[in-house]
Amino acid sequence: MDSAPVLEVRNLHTHFFLRRGVVKAVDGVTFSLRRGEVLGLVGESGCGKSLTALSILRLLPQAAARTVEGSVLLDGEDLLAKSPREMREVRGRRIAMILQDPQTSLNPVFSIGSQLHEALARRPDGTGRSLRERAVDVLRRVRLAAPEQRVGQYPHELSGGMKQRVVGAIAISCAPEVMIADEPTTALDVTIQLQYLDLLKELQSSLDMGILFITHDFGVVARMCDRVAVMYAGRIVETGPVREIFDNPVHPYTRALIASVPKLRRKTGRLRAIEGQPPALSDLPAGCRFADRCPHVEARCLERYPEAVSVGESHSASCWLAA
Amino acid sequence: MRRLPLASFAIIGTMIFVAVFAPWLTPHSPIDQSLPDKLLPPFWEEGGTTEYLLGTDIFGRDLLTRLFYGARVSLIVTALALTAGGGIGLVLGIVSGYVGGKLDAFLMRVVDAAFAFPTILFALLLAVTMGQGMDTLVIALSLFLWAGFARVIRGEVLAIKQRDFVALARVHGSSPARIMFVHILPNVLNTFMVLLTLNVGVIIVAEASLSFLGAGVPPPTPSWGLMVAEGRGKITSAWWLSLIPGIAITLVVLSFNLFGDWLRDRLDPKLRQL
Repeated sequence: MDSAPVLEVRNLHTHFFLRRGVVKAVDGVTFSLRRGEVLGLVGESGCGKSLTALSILRLLPQAAARTVEGSVLLDGEDLLAKSPREMREVRGRRIAMILQDPQTSLNPVFSIGSQLHEALARRPDGTGRSLRERAVDVLRRVRLAAPEQRVGQYPHELSGGMKQRVVGAIAISCAPEVMIADEPTTALDVTIQLQYLDLLKELQSSLDMGILFITHDFGVVARMCDRVAVMYAGRIVETGPVREIFDNPVHPYTRALIASVPKLRRKTGRLRAIEGQPPALSDLPAGCRFADRCPHVEARCLERYPEAVSVGESHSASCWLAA
Repeated sequence: MRRLPLASFAIIGTMIFVAVFAPWLTPHSPIDQSLPDKLLPPFWEEGGTTEYLLGTDIFGRDLLTRLFYGARVSLIVTALALTAGGGIGLVLGIVSGYVGGKLDAFLMRVVDAAFAFPTILFALLLAVTMGQGMDTLVIALSLFLWAGFARVIRGEVLAIKQRDFVALARVHGSSPARIMFVHILPNVLNTFMVLLTLNVGVIIVAEASLSFLGAGVPPPTPSWGLMVAEGRGKITSAWWLSLIPGIAITLVVLSFNLFGDWLRDRLDPKLRQL
């Protein structure tokens, strides 16, 4: 656990340059991910979670989006300095990704086997086994039932949960150092979600990968993650070990997020919602971005952005109240 | 689901059969003249003989034989024009849709320009400058075809490239060319097939029209459009000269259109508005 970080993101800024102005969707994100660790990146829709992931892979959605500052270090190599060709070598082999919707994650015109072959062929395993055998093998690792038959089937013949397992199989087929999972269970049935999370956890420990787990679901975080980074309006506002964050959240936004998760054991009446809207990313305030919605807002919150301060062992928060 | 258009299949099948096996199906030559037998009517008319089932033209050439060989010309021209024009449209449509941005805007304006261009005039111009012939005809028809293909395929690609498997292909390190031609291309093939069949009729009519106007294949090569044109002067005395090839064109085009409609419904209900 205490090994050097495999992925380090420092002060990452990714902005959209639009005619109506600059939208600072990712505005100074810093975190690190160690081997064998699951880091949860949590936040509400539009806070920049997915864009952070795409910036790491340098697959920004439009010509208008650009990473303007910061660095992304994979084993100490800066990915932002690599050529497009070198970047293609990184993608899939060293950093893999799982997306939200298994329904569209597989190409409908190719069989499961041939989609796996494409990934497997990039990395000979030296045992001389055929691609088919290796495909069956990797499907077995993601615990897909009857893998020998699955390789010949097409995506429409599989259920959503099975498809997501295939996506997982493709992702691990090159034994990546880092896996980015962007809400991989959101589109799955609740009963399947749990199984899938257990599977990811198991693959992670057997392959010793670091997983960057993007989600908005604190329940999933509690189950999956070793550490959590809470993101709000393009910045990480609090980061720490998962137990710490749950037992002792410091940032008012983190507290509000945890309070809005339904609890099974206790009867809660209405869930608590966070009043208001996040600030427009094209017109960010100078001070704390949560100030408008924060119950503890003070004058200094509106004037200057609070720098991250350490509030415990590897636990830090960007809030004046914590200082 | 629409019923299988059996009559269309039969007519298309017959056309392909006679085009391929023309030399073995008839004892006559489509080109050699036999003036003593000129302007014989079809066998059921008075004066017709069973030797020339559908009668003869002003040079005494068997109409049925010329119809068979004309089917060859139509099919070859159609196949070449669809391969060239459709292929160009397919590739440009995929590139335009996937790459997007300025390239897309530019290519789509070229498509608009191509649609605005009068094909017939252009074909006449080509026939004058390059000389008449099948190659001229194919070039003219291809230049007309590609734009429609490119526009429809591009639209399809715009939808497909939003799907996650394209994003995942990029995440897995595929190059843009690989994504376009390995991942996206197979997904637009259905649409492409439907476009091909729907355009066969268009091409046959266009080929006939151009031949009729004298910008198509040069005589004495038999072409259905040319046959209609040659018989035009004798329409009152020898109606079969123009009418029979005219009926052939109508039947074949109708069959291909029905077949195309059926294929479209089978493969891609989304295209029904086309």
